[in-house]
Amino acid sequence: MPKIESSLFEIGVLDQLAFQDTPLHRIDPRIKLITTLCFIVTVVSYNHYEFSALLPLILYPIALSASGQLPGAYLWRKLLIASPFALLIGMFNPLFDHSTLLQIGGLSISGGWVSFASIMLRFTLTVSAALILVASTGFATVCMALGRMGISKVFTTQLLFLYRYIFILTDEGLRMMRARNLRSFDKRGTGLKIYGSMLGQLLLRTMDRAQRIHQAMLCRGFTGDIRLNRQFRLRSTDITFAAGWLTFFILARTCNLPLAVGQFVMGIAA
Amino acid sequence: MSHHIVEVCDLRYCYPDGTEALLGVDFRIHHGESVAIVGANGAGKSTLLLHLNGCLVPKVGQVRIGDCPLTPSTLQQIRRTVGMVFQDPDDQLFLPTVYDDVAFGPLNLGLPPDEVEARVRHALDTVNCEHLSKRPPYKLSGGEKRSVAIATVLAMSPDILVLDEPSSNLDPRTRRKLITLLQGFEHTKIIATHDLDMVMDVCERTIVFHKGKVLADGATRDIFSNDALLEQAHLERPLSMNGRG
Amino acid sequence: MHMADALISPAVGGVFWAATAGLMTYCSKKMRNSFESLQVPLMGVLGAFIFASQMINFTIPGTGSSGHLGGGLLLAILLGPCPAFMTIASVLTVQALFFADGGLLALGCNIFNLGFFPCFLAYPFIYKLIAGEKPTQSRIVAGSILAAVVGLQLGAFGVVLETLFSGISELPFSTFVLLMQPIHLAIGVVEGLVTASVVAFVWAARPEILEMAAGHAPAKSFSIQKVLATLMILALVTGTGLSWFASAHPDGLEWSMAKTSGKEELEAPEQGIHSMLGHLQEATSFLPDYGFKSAEVTEAAEGEAQHETAVVEEAEAWPAVDIGTSVAGVVGGSLTLLMAWSIALFLRREQKTS
Repeated sequence: MPKIESSLFEIGVLDQLAFQDTPLHRIDPRIKLITTLCFIVTVVSYNHYEFSALLPLILYPIALSASGQLPGAYLWRKLLIASPFALLIGMFNPLFDHSTLLQIGGLSISGGWVSFASIMLRFTLTVSAALILVASTGFATVCMALGRMGISKVFTTQLLFLYRYIFILTDEGLRMMRARNLRSFDKRGTGLKIYGSMLGQLLLRTMDRAQRIHQAMLCRGFTGDIRLNRQFRLRSTDITFAAGWLTFFILARTCNLPLAVGQFVMGIAA
Repeated sequence: MSHHIVEVCDLRYCYPDGTEALLGVDFRIHHGESVAIVGANGAGKSTLLLHLNGCLVPKVGQVRIGDCPLTPSTLQQIRRTVGMVFQDPDDQLFLPTVYDDVAFGPLNLGLPPDEVEARVRHALDTVNCEHLSKRPPYKLSGGEKRSVAIATVLAMSPDILVLDEPSSNLDPRTRRKLITLLQGFEHTKIIATHDLDMVMDVCERTIVFHKGKVLADGATRDIFSNDALLEQAHLERPLSMNGRG
Repeated sequence: MHMADALISPAVGGVFWAATAGLMTYCSKKMRNSFESLQVPLMGVLGAFIFASQMINFTIPGTGSSGHLGGGLLLAILLGPCPAFMTIASVLTVQALFFADGGLLALGCNIFNLGFFPCFLAYPFIYKLIAGEKPTQSRIVAGSILAAVVGLQLGAFGVVLETLFSGISELPFSTFVLLMQPIHLAIGVVEGLVTASVVAFVWAARPEILEMAAGHAPAKSFSIQKVLATLMILALVTGTGLSWFASAHPDGLEWSMAKTSGKEELEAPEQGIHSMLGHLQEATSFLPDYGFKSAEVTEAAEGEAQHETAVVEEAEAWPAVDIGTSVAGVVGGSLTLLMAWSIALFLRREQKTS
C-alpha cells in the first residue's frame, strides 16, 4: 500500500519541481532533450575499465541541478532507490575479473573493482541526467517536444493521456486495496481470485472511463488529431547551451582530462 | 433561429444489453429557457442527455436542435450548438493543463491561434478560473475542476448548455458560486440533477422523468408543490420548500 | 527486470532503439490506417491501468511473498498487438523517466524485451492459437500461462544478450542465464495466472470486449515488414552468437601478440591512440571478448599468480589501460571532482543571489 502513495508522491514532486522558473527551466525542451541524450550516449561510450576519465562528466548533472535549483538530497534519494539492479549485476564484476589494473602504493586493485566502480558511476550519471530532464521540463512538455521532433503523434498523445490518468487510476486502485485490506484478515481474502476480480473491475471501469473521455472529446469537435496551442521557440541562449555542452562532452570524451590534470600536478610536484 | 430550439419527439432507446432506457419521450424547449430534468436514479435522465448532442443517435423517434434533425451527418453541426458538461469532470479534463483543455474545443473548430487565445481567456474569466490556466488537472479541487469543465464547453460558444449533475460533490460555498454562475448565463440551459434546491434557484421549468417517460412537465414551483407527483417519481420536496426550521 | 544505462554500450543501445523505433513506426502506420479515434484515449488510460495494477499485489500462497501484474500479455489480449506495443512503450517510458527504472538509452531494449516478445510473438503465436475466438476457462488459463512464460523467458534472455553484447558487466553468460531464466520462469507463471484471472473475469462480465479485441488483431495476414523485421532480428542474434564462438580463438592471437611485442611497449602506450584503437576494436567486433576472457583470465590468475603473467593478462584484456599512469588518473580524477563541486557551489550561490 505505501508503494502506491509514495509513487504518486514521486511523480507529483518531480512535476512540482518542473513548475519553477529558473534559467534551466526556460531552455527549450527540445534542446534539453538532445543534450541529455548526447550526454547519456557519451557516458555509455567509454569502455568498461574507464573510471577517472568519466569524472569530468559529473559537471553536467551538478551544474544543471544547481542552476535549476533542484534539491540535491532529493535527487540522491531517487538514485539510491533506483540503484539495486545496477548494483546487483555490477557486483559480479569484482568476483569474475581478478586481473590487476591499478597499483597504488602496495595495494593492487583488480579490473573487476574498476569496472564495478565504472558501472556505478555510469548509473549515477545517466539516471541523474534523466531525472534532471524531467524535473526541469515537466513530463507533458517532454512529450510535446518529442512530438515536435518527429516521434509519432499517436504515441506522444497516448503518453500524455497515460500521464494524465495515472493519478486517477492509482487513486482508484488504492481505494480498492484499502477496502480489500480492511475486510481481509490473516492474509485471507488477498489471494489470486480476489485479485483477479479486483483488477477486472478496475479494468472494466477504466474502459468505461475511456469511452466517456472519448465522448467528451467528440463533443468538443475531435476529429482524430490532437492539437495543442504550444509554441516552442529557439533562442540564442538555447543554441549556446547546446553548443557549449556538446563541445564539453566531445572534449571530455576525446581527452582524458583527469589524467592530464593529474600528470600536470605530479609534474609540478616532482 | 427557430423558436423551438430543442425538440424531442417520441424518443425511444434500448441499451445493447436490453435495458429499455427511454420509452417515448416528448418535449419542446424554447430559446433562453432554463429547464431542469429530474427523476429517480435510472429514470433515463442521463440517457436523454446523451441524445442531446449526439453521443447517442436516435434509432426510434427524433431529436431536433434548431432546424436540424440529429443524424450521423449533422453531428458536427449539432455539437457546435450544444455544449455538454459531463457528470465527472475528470472525464472532460484530459490534457496536460487547464489552458490546453479549454483551448481544445476552439482548436478543433479550426479557429486561428489568436482567436483561440481570446476565447480561452474569456471562458476562464467567466468562471473565475483565470489564475488556474497553467495548472494540471490533477492539482485542481473538485469545485475548480467543475468550473474548468464548464469553461471548456463555454469556449466553443454554444447556444445551448446541457449539464449533468453539476452541483454534485461540491461544498456549500462552491455550490453557491456555481448557482450564481448558472443564473448569469443567457444560454438555453438543460440541467439534469438531484439537487432540487438548485433547480428552484436556476430553472423556471422542470421535466420529471420516471421509468423512461415524461411524468410531468411544467413550472418548477407547481411541480414541487405536488406531493403526490413527487412521491410517484421517488422524489421529495426541496429543503427550501419544506417549511422546516 | 529492466536493462539499465549503466550496463549498456552505445552499439547495443543504438541497435535496439533502431529496432524499437522501427516497430513503433510500423504500429503507428498500421493504426492510422484502421483509425478509430477511441484508440488513443483507450490506450492511454489502459496504460495508466497497468501502472496502477502494478502497485496492487496479491499474496502467493505458500511463499508469503507477493506478486503483481506485468501487463504485456493482458494488453495484447485486450487491444491487439500494435496498440498494446505502443501502450507498453509508454508505460516503460514513464517508468524510465520518473522512477529511473531502466535508462533512456536502455529504454529501446526494454521496450523491445517487454513489448515485442509478448505482443508480437507470445500473443499471436501462442495465446491466440490456444484460446481462439471463443475461449473457455481452461483454454484461457492454459494460453495465458504458456504465452506469459514464453514471452518473459524471451524477454529475460533478451536482457542477458544485451548485457553480454555491451561488455560492461563481467558476468559470464552461463551464470547470468542461470540467474535470469529460472526467476523469470516463476514470474512468467504468476503473470500468466494473473492475466488469466483478469481475462476470465472480463470474459464472464463483458465478453464483447474480448471479441472486439480479437477482431482487431490481424488474423493470418503478416505483412512483409513484419517478416523482414523478424528475420533481421534472428539474423542479429545468430550472427552475434556465432561470432561469440568465433572470438574464442582471437584470444589466443592477442595473447601471442602481447608476448611478442614485449612488456615495455605495453607499459608506456600513447594513451590516446590506444584507447581509440581499443574502441574501434570493440565497436567492430560487436561482441567484446570479456565473457570467455574473464573465465580464462581467472583461471590463469589462479594457476599462475605471478605479477608478470598478470600484467600480460591485463594487457590482453585491455591494451589501453596502463598501471603506470593510473596514479595520475586517480589524482586527476579527484581534482576534477573537486573542481566540479566548487563550480556547482558557485552556481548555486549565483542562483540564490539573482
